[in-house]
Amino acid sequence: MQNAFGQPQSVLVLGGTSDIALAVVAKLAADRTKTVVLAGRNEERLAAAAATLKAAGATTVELVAMEASDPSSAAATVDAGIAAAGGSVDLVLIAVGLLGEQSTTEDDPSATIELFDVNLTWPAAALAALRTRLIAQGSGHVAVFSSVAGVRVRRANFSYGSTKAGLDAFTIGFADSVRSSGIKVQVIRPGFVHTKMTEGMKEIPFTTTAEVAADNIVKGLGSSAEVIWTPPILKAVFLVLRHLPAFAWRRMPG
Amino acid sequence: MSSPRELLTGWGNTAPSLAVVERPRSDSEVTSALQHDRVIARGLGRSYGDPAQCAGGTVVSNRGLWHLSPIDPDTGLITAGAGVSLDELLAVSIPAGFFVPVTPGTRQVTIGGAIAADIHGKNHHVEGSFMNHVTRLRLATPSGDLEVTPESDPALFWGTAGAMGLTGIVTEATIRLLPIETSWVSVDTERFENLDGVMDAMATGDHRYRYSVAWVDCMTSGPRLGRGVLTRGEHATADMLQGKAARSPLAPPGGTLLTVPITPPSGLLNRLSMSAFNEAWFRRAPKKADGELHSIGAFFHPLDGVAWWNRLHGHRGFLQYQFAVDDAHGDVVRRAIEVLSSERVPSFLAVLKRFGPGNPGPLSFPLEGWTLALDVPIGPPQLPSVLDRLDEMVAEAGGRLYLAKDSRLSPEMFATMYPRASELDAVRHRVDPDGILSSDLTRRIGLTPPA
Ligand SMILES: Cc1cc2nc3c(=O)[nH]c(=O)nc-3n(C[C@H](O)[C@H](O)[C@H](O)COP(=O)(O)OP(=O)(O)OC[C@H]3O[C@@H](n4cnc5c(N)ncnc54)[C@H](O)[C@@H]3O)c2cc1C
Repeated sequence: MQNAFGQPQSVLVLGGTSDIALAVVAKLAADRTKTVVLAGRNEERLAAAAATLKAAGATTVELVAMEASDPSSAAATVDAGIAAAGGSVDLVLIAVGLLGEQSTTEDDPSATIELFDVNLTWPAAALAALRTRLIAQGSGHVAVFSSVAGVRVRRANFSYGSTKAGLDAFTIGFADSVRSSGIKVQVIRPGFVHTKMTEGMKEIPFTTTAEVAADNIVKGLGSSAEVIWTPPILKAVFLVLRHLPAFAWRRMPG
Repeated sequence: MSSPRELLTGWGNTAPSLAVVERPRSDSEVTSALQHDRVIARGLGRSYGDPAQCAGGTVVSNRGLWHLSPIDPDTGLITAGAGVSLDELLAVSIPAGFFVPVTPGTRQVTIGGAIAADIHGKNHHVEGSFMNHVTRLRLATPSGDLEVTPESDPALFWGTAGAMGLTGIVTEATIRLLPIETSWVSVDTERFENLDGVMDAMATGDHRYRYSVAWVDCMTSGPRLGRGVLTRGEHATADMLQGKAARSPLAPPGGTLLTVPITPPSGLLNRLSMSAFNEAWFRRAPKKADGELHSIGAFFHPLDGVAWWNRLHGHRGFLQYQFAVDDAHGDVVRRAIEVLSSERVPSFLAVLKRFGPGNPGPLSFPLEGWTLALDVPIGPPQLPSVLDRLDEMVAEAGGRLYLAKDSRLSPEMFATMYPRASELDAVRHRVDPDGILSSDLTRRIGLTPPA
């Protein structure tokens, strides 16, 4: 159960090899989180993550197989994840995502389909599955990783950015739909974070490490904010960027 | 088929959860309310945290179990339905010349809640907790309805004390009331510039009073750390009253004066406004005054004058931290206040009381020594870890937290603080073999399985 501070005792991570999500769970494990379920594809990385989380304080870490390129499997993965957590779960982190390579994706219909399947359709199906299950369990908290790339989509990564824009909008509507049931849903909008996903890419302003992002996110999870920005300054930055005229926006570096 | 469900919280407005709420009006309706997978009772929701919540399950409101027997004038015994509130009971008993044997800081609690938490009042140091004054109860359990007295089934009777509903649903109880001549309390007040003064006076003089409580300021530091106001009293006798009061010596306690209609934004009560309040309140108290007459309401239930004052803490809610330590570890009181003050935790005046010996209940909270309770708004980022540190201090001293106030204790800490919890296993197995009784609290602290 969550306590008065919203600290969860059990966490299910959909996309359980995400660096940022794991850094978040490691911090939660130092507080009240003792049971963690990681759903992911890469068994080796999942096993390594499980060891890290145990060292951080988790007593039970269960692993569940997941295939995000097949959205029809989302509901089964959610069920397996909740079962592995013991039948109910306090916090679900949805952290599935591919970055994709814009220059190849934009001319490749099947790569575009895969990107949307993994980044948008699978998570949306998982949320649909979670909706009834969380309402049935009578409490719960979901946090969905979006991205600042979806706040205003850019030429440089519009495929990725638009999957996140879709997921971000879906999650905000979803949050409103379960608010009266006491289910808390938050969108996480990280800026550029140094992780394996962004390896070798050029840094842009306000780049942080997974560690710093995790600190901001853990703080956000304990708050009543609908959107968790990391670093928090991006909230103000995007207030401006969102309203830049299109010609200026197109010239933004990065 | 889906019944309508309600979103429930405790008095602190934290960690809401959804449950079907059943409102039985008879023992047989209670029995059918117990035919669910997961069930817990609820009174007036005055516990601060999550003990009267049951996420995804069924919450059984006791408020429909409302009946009162006449008071036996010789013994003071009364039999009340579990849903009767102390407010409702006092409205009947005071004019008849009887007071409840134990009252918490609010009259808005039910008999069921008083038993489940085994509540204590300002008289614990001489008269013990609520269950010490209960002579019999009726308990609806998944294994059937039971008549329980301390003689017929001591394990179940004392197992129910402080077990927060885990042994079944109390449907009625017989309680021994205290005869009184007036509805006034004769009060001695003393103001102290620091904690040592308060604690000395209590340790050496409390035995001379039936009621004693000190209000302590946890936002001061240095030489004025823990300054406080000690109020001690005894029910006034008829010959102490004059004028109007003498003409109606047994006037019932007053009603509500104000209601907080909506929830303002969190942050209204912050460090600044709270320390200003504490200062004003401290200055208002007399340095020393003896034999002042206070009404029962003013002395025992000062906050009941403002209905739903909990809303003042805003949408994030608040919590109460209450612990008890024995006399050998009275220094934990000082150290706790030092931590709260140096970590700049905003809090209203804390309540400091002396406890007399505890009763046999394995989960009953009071233990002989000291208890400190303080309200804190949710919000300060350092709060979760500061309270975890206090838990360590309290546990190390062999002390414990009060479950009726808790909303954040971990299973590990609960196990350390209540080493006798396993004594309840046999009783629970007898009355609830399938383990259907559970609450958000019992799942959170590991008294029942988490899922
Ligand atoms: C302003 C304020 C001051 C307070 N001061 C004190 C104080 O001085 N001393 C003190 O001891 N406490 C104090 N309390 C706490 C309060 O007395 C307890 O939390 C009490 O249990 C609340 O009763 P309730 O009817 O609201 O029960 P709820 O909060 O609704 O429920 C409390 C527990 O009782 C169980 N329960 C309720 N009815 C039944 C039943 N029929 N059968 C079995 N279990 C049942 C519930 O399952 C739950 O576990 C204070 C609370 C407030 C808000």
